[in-house]
Amino acid sequence: MELLTMTSPDIGMPYEWSVGIYGSKFFEEIKRNQRFVGIRCPQCGKVRVPPRRVCGACFCEMDELVYLPSTGTITAFSIVNYPFIDPATGIERPVPYTYGYIQLDGADNIFSHIINETDESKIKVGMRVRAVFKATNEMEGNIQDIRYFEIE
Amino acid sequence: MEKIAIVGTAQTKYERRKKDQTYYDMVYEVTTAALNDAGLTLADIDNVITVSNDFFDGRTISSMAVGEAAGAHDKNISTVEGDGTFGAFYGAMRVWGGYRSTLVVAHSKGSEGNPKFISNAMFDPIYHRPLGLDAISSAALQANAYMTRYGITEEQCALVSVKNHGNAKKNPFAQLSLDLTVDDVMRSPKIADPLKRLDCSPVSDGAAAIIIGNEEIVRKAKSKPVWIKGVAHCAEEYFLGDRDLANPKALRDAAKRAYQMAGIVNPREEIDVAEIYDAFSYMEPLWLEGLGMCEAGAGGVLTESGVTKMDGALPVNPSGGVLSAHAVLAAGLARLIESSLQVRGEAGSRQIDGVKTALAHGINGACGQSHCVWILGAE
Amino acid sequence: MARRGAIIGTGQTHHRSHRLDVNGREMIHEAVTRALADCELTMRDIDAIVIGNMDHFEAINAVDTWSVEGSGGVMKPIMKVTTGGTTGTSVAIAAYYHVASGMFDKVLAIGWEKNSESDTTGAIVTCSDPIWDRYSYSGAIPSLATEASAYMEKFGATQRDAARVALRERTHAQNNPYAHMHGRPLTLDEILGSPMLTYPIKLGDICPRTDGAAAVVFAAEGVAEKLAPRPAWVKANAVRHTNTWFGDVDQRTGLESLERASREAYAAAGIKNPAEDFDVAELYLPYSYAGLKWIEALGFCPPGGGPQFIWDGHTDMGGKIPVNPSGGVMSTNCIGATALLRVAEAAIQVMGKGGARQVPEVKTALATGFGGCWWSDVFILGKEKP
Repeated sequence: MELLTMTSPDIGMPYEWSVGIYGSKFFEEIKRNQRFVGIRCPQCGKVRVPPRRVCGACFCEMDELVYLPSTGTITAFSIVNYPFIDPATGIERPVPYTYGYIQLDGADNIFSHIINETDESKIKVGMRVRAVFKATNEMEGNIQDIRYFEIE
Repeated sequence: MEKIAIVGTAQTKYERRKKDQTYYDMVYEVTTAALNDAGLTLADIDNVITVSNDFFDGRTISSMAVGEAAGAHDKNISTVEGDGTFGAFYGAMRVWGGYRSTLVVAHSKGSEGNPKFISNAMFDPIYHRPLGLDAISSAALQANAYMTRYGITEEQCALVSVKNHGNAKKNPFAQLSLDLTVDDVMRSPKIADPLKRLDCSPVSDGAAAIIIGNEEIVRKAKSKPVWIKGVAHCAEEYFLGDRDLANPKALRDAAKRAYQMAGIVNPREEIDVAEIYDAFSYMEPLWLEGLGMCEAGAGGVLTESGVTKMDGALPVNPSGGVLSAHAVLAAGLARLIESSLQVRGEAGSRQIDGVKTALAHGINGACGQSHCVWILGAE
Repeated sequence: MARRGAIIGTGQTHHRSHRLDVNGREMIHEAVTRALADCELTMRDIDAIVIGNMDHFEAINAVDTWSVEGSGGVMKPIMKVTTGGTTGTSVAIAAYYHVASGMFDKVLAIGWEKNSESDTTGAIVTCSDPIWDRYSYSGAIPSLATEASAYMEKFGATQRDAARVALRERTHAQNNPYAHMHGRPLTLDEILGSPMLTYPIKLGDICPRTDGAAAVVFAAEGVAEKLAPRPAWVKANAVRHTNTWFGDVDQRTGLESLERASREAYAAAGIKNPAEDFDVAELYLPYSYAGLKWIEALGFCPPGGGPQFIWDGHTDMGGKIPVNPSGGVMSTNCIGATALLRVAEAAIQVMGKGGARQVPEVKTALATGFGGCWWSDVFILGKEKP
């Protein structure tokens, strides 16, 4: 007897998530001024990017926006080799690509994005990187308005 | 088991779409509001239970979005993915089990996904999903089974819609407060026979939070405690065809155990007000039967009699119920909150006089596969 | 007053990559039947059930309602607790509170995963914030790899050090007939020579994808003693699901959630020197480098001391603090069950039911869970009633 399986149809579950006030401000700054904006906690003084409403550790609301340069330092990275279907696009994500954790100058937390270097011998923790943006008229108000970070 | 109580409550206004708010925003709002309501600070909260659903949020580990917003950065935390009444039950068990207090917070945004796909995904992928079953069509099956068995009429169910949407006028949190007649309901567009649009709850965005505390926390809080006298839940079979949809046996079982725990012998007499999960108009009489408020099959007549109206002997859903606001998962917690407000005497213009004992109820799964029943008291 | 609670029985499936012969419900049923048999109970004796899994992994919404025929939840109270990778320990903790609260005497905890039925990576990618993290996030493995890259940079740890952890896990699995990798040991060279998936994680450094289920029976004091000759008493539990965004976790520091959760649990259980006070540890280590770094967070050795501690053999069978006699996550990974398996295996050690993988004379055992946004759960079991 044959053991059956059943595949799901490719209906794609559509979602439309709210970005919120703080997030929307972040993307607006990217579009208008190609710069990052973070937020400072009045209690612990930490600056975090992207900006968010609450400092989790202090559990207090924040409103002091801090403008940051688009440069930073690599704190961790990984070069992804295995292919997989990107649920955001439905097609296989081209590999290799480098997933990086960048500490933007002036921020206390880490910003995650793509780094455009996939040669293991040419990338190291501690290197300086700079954000590269899309052309302003192509920006859509999402994280891909930052194309990637490149090593300086 | 020690005495524990609900000491803080908060809800957002329920709306069709809260475009400018993220889940994080809504959860933070109700968390801080519940703390203020209780007169407590985050340091008084020993642990947090969040309630969310991955399909609604479009996110595996949906709890990840809100832990921090619920104050759980350096606290013990867990997550129940099911109706808020079940999350609250786990929160209560954690207080009985040693914590001084638990914050329970639920959120959902019906506006951000496709509710039909999302509820369709609840059905078995091999046998039921391809048939296109979803929350509404399955409810229509149950309504049909119930009404056929006992001769409940569409007009009797329409009365529930009229009552609850009317009650919502006195609830500042409700989404749909409407002045309706039975005729309005009967002439509203037919969605899935016998359900018409005004028989169905809306799609809503919203969040709700409660704080449960032991006696030490009750003394510290500034609010009037709402004591948890009894609570129980129970689940039936999964496949609709394995169940008798006109006989909510899991509800009967849960209600029996909750009443036993609370020492209630005659619920119809001893319960002063009830907030139950009327996702569809037929559910109110059906659940009232399961709760033992009337004989099986007498739910329609009970509704017609006026007993369940604001000025009746057993007001049901003075808040407007789920028919007036349905942020999935949060809606069960909202029933707990509304009954707590009734017990405290803080329900504003929707307050029922002299409430000493209230009943709150939530459901989980298609057609009320699982039910959670709560009995709350002023003493 | 809270009641004390203990584990009196466990059950699990023989974990495999593809169980075509069962659907999810049936697979759950296997684990449940074995757990009940382990403590000589029937489903009638169970008062409540807690079950956990990630809905997107099998693409079934409200998976607790769907599973009732397999889990035994028909006409019983059943609830679903789910927190990503930490689900199994969250489920165990929930079952413990069901019992400790005084509401239920005998509670069944279930974790399961039918990895073969889904696109796990695709589902895991959706755990990231859709607006900020999802574009660059590519699942658990690259995320873990970033931690490894920072740890290597800071302390000079090598791929070989990590491979020694993987060697231990795969060797231990040969004593565990349930493990996915039972019958499939690896040598150090094979691990080092395996394909590089995402630098520095190679195929031999990472956990497999497994179909499997686990079930654990908890009982209250007064009941546990009558049902099991050596119940495994719950001494402490602590959880820190600290962060919301991946960027809020600094990979240059230790695993903060595990440091905090273990500190709290150790204080409650009277643990002062973990490497000495515990007789065995079942740790949720999804990849080899975690076996170097996270034992530092647990206080087994100081920061940077992980590699030496491993090479000295302290975590092997016969060592000071055997880690993962079951073979661990790297030998079996049915995600919804994985953290529960850590609790089950720790209980098996305390109850003396470990067979070929039994560590002699276990009095106190440590189990941990990991997942989500670098979250940690800690669960401590002991032979003596607390």
